[in-house]
Amino acid sequence: MRFQATLFSIVQALRATAIAHRSFRQRLKERNMIAQLKLQDDSEGRWIEFRDGRVLSKAGMHAAPDVTIFFRDAKVAAKLLSPKQNFYTRIDAMKNFKMGMFGPDDLALWLTDTMSIMQTVWWKHGTDMGGGVMRYTNNTNGGPVHVDVKDGKILRIMPLDYDKKDPPGWTITTSDGASFTPPHKATAAPYAIGFKSMIYSPDRNLYPMKRVDFDPNGERNPQNRGTSEFERISWDEALDIVASEFKRVKRECGPGAIAVSHGSHHTWGNVGYYLSSLFRFFNLVGFTKIIHNPDSWEGWYWGAMHHWGNSMRMGTAELYGQVEDCLENCEMMVFWSSDPEATNGCYGGFEGSVRRLWAKERGIEFVHIDPYYNHTAALMGGKWIAPRPGTDPALAQAISQVWIEEDLYDKDFVQNRTTGFDEWAAYVMGVKDGTPKTPEWAEEMTGVPARDIRALARQWGRKRTYLGSGGFGNGLGGANRSPTGMQWARMMVILMAMQGVGRPGVNFGNMQAGTPIDTSFWFPGYAEGGISGDLMNTGAAVNTYVRIPHLLTMNSSKQIIPRMQLPEAILEGSAKGYFTDPTSLHGQFLPFQYPAPGHSPIQILYKYGGASFGTMTDSNRWVKMFRSENLPFVVSQSIWNEGETKFADIILPACTNFERWDIGEWSHAGGYAHGMASQVNHRTVVLQQKVIEPLGESKSDYRIFAELAQRLGMSAMFTEGMSELDWCKRIFDGSDLKDLISWKKFLKRGYAVVPAPKKELAPAMSHRWYYEGRQKDVPDPFPLPSEYTGQWNEGMQTQSGKIEFIPQSLQKIDDPDRPPLNRYDQAWETRADVNLGQYPLRLVSAHSRYSFHSLGDGKQGAISEIGDHRVNIGGVPYLQVRMSQADADARGIAENDIVELFNARGSVLCAACITNRLPAGIIQTYQASAIYDPLGEPGYTPDRGGCVNLLTSNRSQTLQGSSMGPNACGIEIRKWDQSAWDQGRWDNSHMDMKTAEAAQ
Amino acid sequence: MSKWAMIIDIPLCNNCNNCFIAVKDEHIANDFPGYCAPQPAHGARWLDMERKERGTFPAVEANFRPAMCNHCDDAPCVAAARDGAAKKRVDGIVLFDPVKSRGQRQIQDACPYGAVAWNEELDIPQIWTFDAHLRDRGWKQGRIEQACPTGALKSVKLSDAELADMVARDGLQVRHPEYGTRPRVFYKHMNLFTHELVVGAVVTQGAKGEECLAGASVRLLSAGQEIGHATSDTFGEFRIEIAPDTAPDSLTLQVEAGGVSREFACSASSFNLCGLDAK
Repeated sequence: MRFQATLFSIVQALRATAIAHRSFRQRLKERNMIAQLKLQDDSEGRWIEFRDGRVLSKAGMHAAPDVTIFFRDAKVAAKLLSPKQNFYTRIDAMKNFKMGMFGPDDLALWLTDTMSIMQTVWWKHGTDMGGGVMRYTNNTNGGPVHVDVKDGKILRIMPLDYDKKDPPGWTITTSDGASFTPPHKATAAPYAIGFKSMIYSPDRNLYPMKRVDFDPNGERNPQNRGTSEFERISWDEALDIVASEFKRVKRECGPGAIAVSHGSHHTWGNVGYYLSSLFRFFNLVGFTKIIHNPDSWEGWYWGAMHHWGNSMRMGTAELYGQVEDCLENCEMMVFWSSDPEATNGCYGGFEGSVRRLWAKERGIEFVHIDPYYNHTAALMGGKWIAPRPGTDPALAQAISQVWIEEDLYDKDFVQNRTTGFDEWAAYVMGVKDGTPKTPEWAEEMTGVPARDIRALARQWGRKRTYLGSGGFGNGLGGANRSPTGMQWARMMVILMAMQGVGRPGVNFGNMQAGTPIDTSFWFPGYAEGGISGDLMNTGAAVNTYVRIPHLLTMNSSKQIIPRMQLPEAILEGSAKGYFTDPTSLHGQFLPFQYPAPGHSPIQILYKYGGASFGTMTDSNRWVKMFRSENLPFVVSQSIWNEGETKFADIILPACTNFERWDIGEWSHAGGYAHGMASQVNHRTVVLQQKVIEPLGESKSDYRIFAELAQRLGMSAMFTEGMSELDWCKRIFDGSDLKDLISWKKFLKRGYAVVPAPKKELAPAMSHRWYYEGRQKDVPDPFPLPSEYTGQWNEGMQTQSGKIEFIPQSLQKIDDPDRPPLNRYDQAWETRADVNLGQYPLRLVSAHSRYSFHSLGDGKQGAISEIGDHRVNIGGVPYLQVRMSQADADARGIAENDIVELFNARGSVLCAACITNRLPAGIIQTYQASAIYDPLGEPGYTPDRGGCVNLLTSNRSQTLQGSSMGPNACGIEIRKWDQSAWDQGRWDNSHMDMKTAEAAQ
Repeated sequence: MSKWAMIIDIPLCNNCNNCFIAVKDEHIANDFPGYCAPQPAHGARWLDMERKERGTFPAVEANFRPAMCNHCDDAPCVAAARDGAAKKRVDGIVLFDPVKSRGQRQIQDACPYGAVAWNEELDIPQIWTFDAHLRDRGWKQGRIEQACPTGALKSVKLSDAELADMVARDGLQVRHPEYGTRPRVFYKHMNLFTHELVVGAVVTQGAKGEECLAGASVRLLSAGQEIGHATSDTFGEFRIEIAPDTAPDSLTLQVEAGGVSREFACSASSFNLCGLDAK
């Protein structure tokens, strides 16, 4: 009886919703169908018929329902149909067949979507600002934003404004009475504020497209990818082609024939992120996973980790308490290849800027070691030291030599907390090779005057010094991405070990992370898997899967490809790689091979996002891969038509995160970047409101996957009957957010600020426990217990449990690129025997300043108008390349001239910017162009889009690892002559790729 | 009557370009009738970032400042406009009427700062409006200061007397005061753009060879007269600011440490390495 009443109430709810909401009335007209709800034994039931927008219903069994939903018994039904959903019960019912659904998948998907909308259509969100303006919220990887919308169009996007209802935040008071409170406002990066220009970009993919000379049933013409035109097709046609290709290759070729290539970053949000919806969908399909190398951490992961562990953070340091310790105790801060003002740390908006200005106020002395006088140096001031790119490890060794010679290191720490120092000291002092690694020795390698090295070493040895190494404080960009990145990152740990890391005022950091926020408040970061249900490849198993019960997904194909070798896998048919394994110190030593036994070579490349020519190394390889006969089918699911999007056969237009629902916390990655939210001053969780309808016919990634899943009969498995907004609510309910704010209020305000803890509950200081020889007391859930070699929670994640100058883990392998003793070895790219004569300039191409990798760049957007980013010459937005007056004069180059950067791998046209911020011989630009615009045949002609990674080497830093080392690249520059090119007089012989490949 | 003014603190500007982007975000494809027609999709620089590098390798500085319409009190554009197409509001803001100003090129030509853009499509002059349309709706902050992460930009609404006090107290300056237009956009630490740096390092012969000499007294002399001084830092480096009218040929450096004093020829455009045999 109760079952009948519940079913009848559903009918009533459908009718009431239709009366109240016009959009729902419209929806009901979309399909005519009959749904049968019943108990499994047919003892009770009710059918609901949707006919021409009306809802008809009757108790009992229909003779011919389209879709049938059954429940095992009335008790189960009562639980599952209750308005207050319990997802433990629901998942149990699904997994153990206590409920089920039969029928055509398109009708089933429509029905579950309708039931979802029936509830969510009642929800109200946003704030009425008057004058027809509604204010909404969203989040980006550059910070949270308020969005004003009028007449269905975005009016403006601005950094999110807190108000008096939000908690005030923390205050740090130093022992001398100084007090520091961050501003009660959120900051955002330029590409976050400029997002409107990307949303309404003329380069948006608005309709499904097919390459005109691609016929899935006839000629495919892969050789024309990148040059052929596209024609508009319907969603049905596009999705039917993709789904039938999936089925075809699985049946004809076997497992693993579908490869999926996504970027490292994605539009923000726990539902739409690649680690969420994409993994969920493709785990259901089965695919060859393209394994990412730790591209911003290379030197730390493959190198530094062996000295001190921290594998879960890719070998970088703990992130707690640095801000307070710095203000209280630090006397000097060395920024070594560290430009947080340019990279916002990572995701951090400009939250660190105000804290760095506090450091300046405190009279902390600053030193900037970077071939380029970067933006952090420009803001902070201080001593600038400019080593030749890739020679930083030599500089570091000379510093340690001075410390040893002049007794300027923490002997007690070295004796009690480290191993292998004697061997290290013997090397540095030249006991065996007769070459002490003195400042004079380093001057020859680095170009830095010995007197500066010695003065730096002495000051560092005497003052309590913080080391900011990499944009984030450690890790993330810079020298660790150079050919000597491992040597450098290893040196950073060695130097800090000599100074007693964890001592008051002595730590890793640059004020970018380590704010005294509440780390105990649990809300998932993007790397915690979102809705993926993927326990193997995300951090879902730790919290998300337990707190937010959802279906498990698992990829049954075991074939994997290292991302850096994807072109070789396609073009040459084989590739070897090494794992990125944050769970252990030794997992990275395991090789894997493509193709995997019993698996199919790649037949389909499913490209998710479209601008990797700007971010992958030696990326003309990628261009050639796309145009290869070995690749029968390429799909591009992308928001913008940029980079390699046009190298696809089918383009599926995705919308931005402003056109769909999502939920996400600012700067919170979780997983491999545990504690990253400590970059922000106020932890902020944002309901990423759908502020406008998707433009054109674009759809959210989630919807695209749902509709593909429907063509494979898997829609219920993929969606669990949930819309994206339902998932937001489910994540809200499963996290600590539900205790902070009601759903109703959250819908309206769109964000919530996590209150700062009282001082006593702020996280303990990084590495202090180790310095003082105590049990670990920072809130880190790792290393895994099995990684400890003594007592759990004591000591480092190394075999000795101490910081190892000569790592035992590296003694177990024989790797000439990373010998146990971290001797200085000049970078392969800049060694005299590798074309240095021909390509004498050294190019550094750091993580970009105004875009987040390719997000924000190109797209005819506002960021491309920034004078220090691109220069419009004759209607072409050329990327800026910076050089000294001397280098410009030697080549007859003037400001804003178009210049060609070239070497044997490729050729890129940029706009010259002449500056005092570089020494002669060093060229600076930013990597990650979103534009690839070759002047002629793709892969063989100069690119005027600015993909400087066309020039960088693909050699891994270690041949026994999968890494990249582009950040010191040999090139030459010459003034461009367009008319010579037009007339075929331009000498382009360096672009002979056979030579380039032989040189490698 | 209080009026708006903008105060820009140059050393706090990290060249993030958020203000540049915020102006674009506010105005591209947005029409604010009575205030401002939409900005063209590309190319307009109502607010632009300026860079000033000082010193020379390896002792350099890179300073930045946003530059835009100054909303001058003696605005030449207002004087040049016909039919009241440009007007000075009582709150200090200068606005162009997007209808009446059509075709009035002389409005753009009148601005000595080049701060007036021409919208080719609409055939009208356009400027950064001080976010007048938002301030009239009660916004306390305009877009550019709301977007500024370091507080380098601050708008104030003050009486003429209060503003004069602030200008005197904080040493505020305007760009090109010689134009005589009485701008309402002020800069703090303008010397970072107007003055140059003489840079160098004091070194000495130590036990290990050439070493940096900290704590040396460095006096910069022009024709024998001291025009600046500094004490060398940890790296022996010194930076001394010189006024724009300083004759570069007249400079010498007087370096003194440990009772030893020596004079060096000085170049304003290169790194002055001063070797001193200190005791």
